[in-house]
Amino acid sequence: MSEFKRPASEEEFEKNFQQQKPLMNETEAYYESSRCLFCYDAPCVKACPTEIDIPLFIRQINSGDISGSASTIYASNYMGNTCGKVCPTEVLCEGSCVYNEQNIKPVEIGRLQNHATRQAIDEGKELFELAESNGKKVAVIGAGPSGVSCACELRSLGYTVDIFETKAKPSGLSVHGVAPYKITNEEALIEMDYLKKQFGYSVRYDSPIKSKEDIQNLASTYEAVFVGIGMGTTSALNIPGEELANCKGATEFIEVLKMNHLDVAIGKSVVVLGGGNTAMDAASESARMGAESVVLAYRRRADEMGAYEFEWKLAKGVGVQGEFNAAPIGIVGNGKVEGVRFRRTENKGGKLVEVEGSEFEIACDMVIKATGQRKQVDFLSLIDGLATDEKGRIEIDAFGRCGDTKFFAGGDAVNGGAEVVNAAAEGKMAAIGIHEYLSS
Amino acid sequence: MPDISTNLAGIKSPNPFWLASAPPTNSGYQVMKAFDAGWGGAVWKTLGVPVVNVSSRYGGLNHKDNRMVGFNNIELISDRPLKDNLREIEEVKKYFPNHAVIASLMVETKEQWHQIVKDVENAGSDGIELNFGCPHGMCERGMGSAVGQEPKVLQTIVEWVKEVSTIPVIVKLTPNISDITEPAQAAHAGGGDAISLINTIQSVIGVDIDQYVPYPIVDGQSTNGGYCGPAVKPIALNMLKNCAQHPGVDIPISGIGGIENWRDAVEFFLLGATNVQVCTAVMHYGFGIIREMIPGLERYMTEKGFETLDDFKGKALGNVKTWEHLNLEYKVKAEIKEDKCIGCQLCYIACEDGAHQAIRLSEDKENRVPEIIDENCVGCNLCSIVCPSEGCIAMVRQDDGQKVTTWNERMNSDDVPTTFNDERAGGIGHFVPEPTDALGMG
Ligand SMILES: Cc1cc2nc3c(=O)[nH]c(=O)nc-3n(C[C@H](O)[C@H](O)[C@H](O)COP(=O)(O)OP(=O)(O)OC[C@H]3O[C@@H](n4cnc5c(N)ncnc54)[C@H](O)[C@@H]3O)c2cc1C
Ligand SMILES: Cc1cc2nc3c(=O)[nH]c(=O)nc-3n(C[C@H](O)[C@H](O)[C@H](O)COP(=O)(O)O)c2cc1C
Ligand code: SF4
Repeated sequence: MSEFKRPASEEEFEKNFQQQKPLMNETEAYYESSRCLFCYDAPCVKACPTEIDIPLFIRQINSGDISGSASTIYASNYMGNTCGKVCPTEVLCEGSCVYNEQNIKPVEIGRLQNHATRQAIDEGKELFELAESNGKKVAVIGAGPSGVSCACELRSLGYTVDIFETKAKPSGLSVHGVAPYKITNEEALIEMDYLKKQFGYSVRYDSPIKSKEDIQNLASTYEAVFVGIGMGTTSALNIPGEELANCKGATEFIEVLKMNHLDVAIGKSVVVLGGGNTAMDAASESARMGAESVVLAYRRRADEMGAYEFEWKLAKGVGVQGEFNAAPIGIVGNGKVEGVRFRRTENKGGKLVEVEGSEFEIACDMVIKATGQRKQVDFLSLIDGLATDEKGRIEIDAFGRCGDTKFFAGGDAVNGGAEVVNAAAEGKMAAIGIHEYLSS
Repeated sequence: MPDISTNLAGIKSPNPFWLASAPPTNSGYQVMKAFDAGWGGAVWKTLGVPVVNVSSRYGGLNHKDNRMVGFNNIELISDRPLKDNLREIEEVKKYFPNHAVIASLMVETKEQWHQIVKDVENAGSDGIELNFGCPHGMCERGMGSAVGQEPKVLQTIVEWVKEVSTIPVIVKLTPNISDITEPAQAAHAGGGDAISLINTIQSVIGVDIDQYVPYPIVDGQSTNGGYCGPAVKPIALNMLKNCAQHPGVDIPISGIGGIENWRDAVEFFLLGATNVQVCTAVMHYGFGIIREMIPGLERYMTEKGFETLDDFKGKALGNVKTWEHLNLEYKVKAEIKEDKCIGCQLCYIACEDGAHQAIRLSEDKENRVPEIIDENCVGCNLCSIVCPSEGCIAMVRQDDGQKVTTWNERMNSDDVPTTFNDERAGGIGHFVPEPTDALGMG
């Protein structure tokens, strides 16, 4: 595990978190775009939640129409550049490239996407046509991928849009959550700057919508409201010792890491609890921050983890050890974390059971809980007529509308936590829903 | 948004992208689908007395991993009865009144020409294209390129057609001829309203080395066919340029040959085409490629500030001169950008073995970046062409641009080499190694 030393400077941080999908140079983009077969009814398009016309944008790169290419991408997905970096392309577009059938490396769609959009962003290309103002105003809660996508689409349809955001920066989890080796903060934010400039919506930072009164104000000032608030903090495990210092929630740990880079507390030996993608990220990130040992402990078997296989491979590749069929039963320590106690689990007749007497302890000085995030049900209950399901997800109709209210929703708060690309698709869909609703 | 509508000798279409007469325009179904996808016009698969085709009709030329850089066919004109085609032309025009539907025709006798011209006019065609180009199957019967290669015959047939037609007549030329401007002038002289070029180039696409027969193989045998696709574009551009510059060819030109994206089309416009026609690229990728072509063209025009296609039609023609008018004082030399060099040393071996020994390898074996020997570089471009790294080898101007001397001027002032060992030979003073240096005996 000595592969990574704790980074002491921003350069060392960048080295430890080297970009997995760096920008292409001209030659690479030309060669790679030449490889696209321009499939008919292309499987990559169907695998993209925003259905970008991938063969077209790649052909446009190949013929030198980079702006046209960016235009094609943004016409389907306002998070075009971010998605090129952060999408799990292995299981989406690139995973369905027909070259896979021949054991040939799929076309690097994500990086080609960045090649086109990044150029448009850097050159401030004006690719969008906005309808004339229709005099109607819509509020958006949350400047994450879903909220911003909704705002862009609404602006293109002629609405005035104000976004209200708790934090000081836009892009939601793109800047506060996604692993630094996928996207740099700078990269996440430049697309936001570009979109804001191109579409001309307003964003009020440090402006959480908190109270019933806030909500009523929005409802009376705006013709419709989009709720794109994502998810809440890490859920409690409800085991003893969670309150110990150095026992952190994954998203909280990651947010500090993303915002502070060097200035984040990291143990010498870290135990990460969970088997989802966030757990993989937290484990990888701990290793890259110089932890000497990182153990990822999961209740079930390795092949039962929710995380994508490639994410687990990535974590293993930086030295993360797996401990499977291990259910945490307590975090031990005197004031601060000293270890985690587990009990072995096994599958009995399709049910996961803990094996009595199998307790064991892994010593560590930091625990990261990546065992799911809370839904913001308390906040959502302030909105009259908005319903949530048993998992706390907002219920919407086919147009993204919440019951018969003037509230619409999309993104993690609705889908329970997916990817940026889903939030982008759902935010845009809801904007179309809002337009239908306000036009009828 | 720029205006990309076009008018070729009175035939109007919403954009300059037409389908060439070929399998993609074989039926009303295909033409309707193409118009729906965005194509501006279609030249119907050539009509005449229906033919019988062989099975196994095409051959493709792959270059490494690039499929169909060239394409060859031994198909003939339409094998469908005329009346079916006429009915479908009428149907297409009903749904797409503003799109261009051109009937391509090829028959033998004057009577047949008169009859078929009237038939396609009655069906609602916007124009007629005379197929004087097909280089296989039809020419042996005295049609197609057999006509295109005989300017006098060509002119006569154009006259027959013009006797009865009331819609514009395009004459499609064969490239299987040494001087394309001759049939082009004949087309003009016969009253043709426009020309289109090129049709396919007579070819054998390749040989099956186990069965000892060229492709495509028909029951163990083959025949020569017609060549098209990306590889023919340079030939088409040259013929286009020759016609567009010729004072005797004062009619609009529809450009054809190897076009597959907006950039190709722009090249044709810059050399004088009024619109373009596409066949192979559609046979490869389908009608959907139009999605790339139209926005690409519009963006190019917007960026250049062109409002209509006429704003840049033929804009490159003035810059195409005959060789003796090129400036002999102009000097470029290769320059390798070290940071872009990937160390393949292809430039070195290309220049060393294939050009002028003007690139050397570094003495330091670890350093794979070659160096240009300035004194030896004649500025031929070869290294920059073989270089696989975009922007790595630049050809940099050396002269100050003040002085212009052409071969023509030097001829006029008797300043050109005239004897075998003339001191004015261009290569005098260029370094050439001793022959034995090749064997390390130097
Ligand atoms: C650790 C981690 C790693 C991830 N990695 C990837 C990845 O690699 N690739 C990928 O595609 N996806 C990844 N995701 C998922 C992805 O980030 C989310 O699916 C996506 O950001 C959801 O967008 P959203 O707009 O719904 O919510 P969010 O991105 O959460 O944005 C919600 C925004 O609303 C604001 N907000 C919340 N409540 C209020 C309020 N009351 N008032 C005002 N503002 C409010 C928040 O501050 C936030 O800015 C990851 C998620 C996590 C947690
Ligand atoms: C299979 C095939 C059939 C063709 N048939 C005709 C035809 O019937 N009439 C005609 O004028 N040209 C015919 N052509 C020539 C094309 O119209 C066109 O001139 C040529 O293919 C060059 O364009 P391209 O490089 O875009 O293919 C045919 C070409 C192909 C490949
Ligand atoms: S393309 Fe293939 S399937 Fe279609 S007609 Fe030709 S040989 Fe038959």
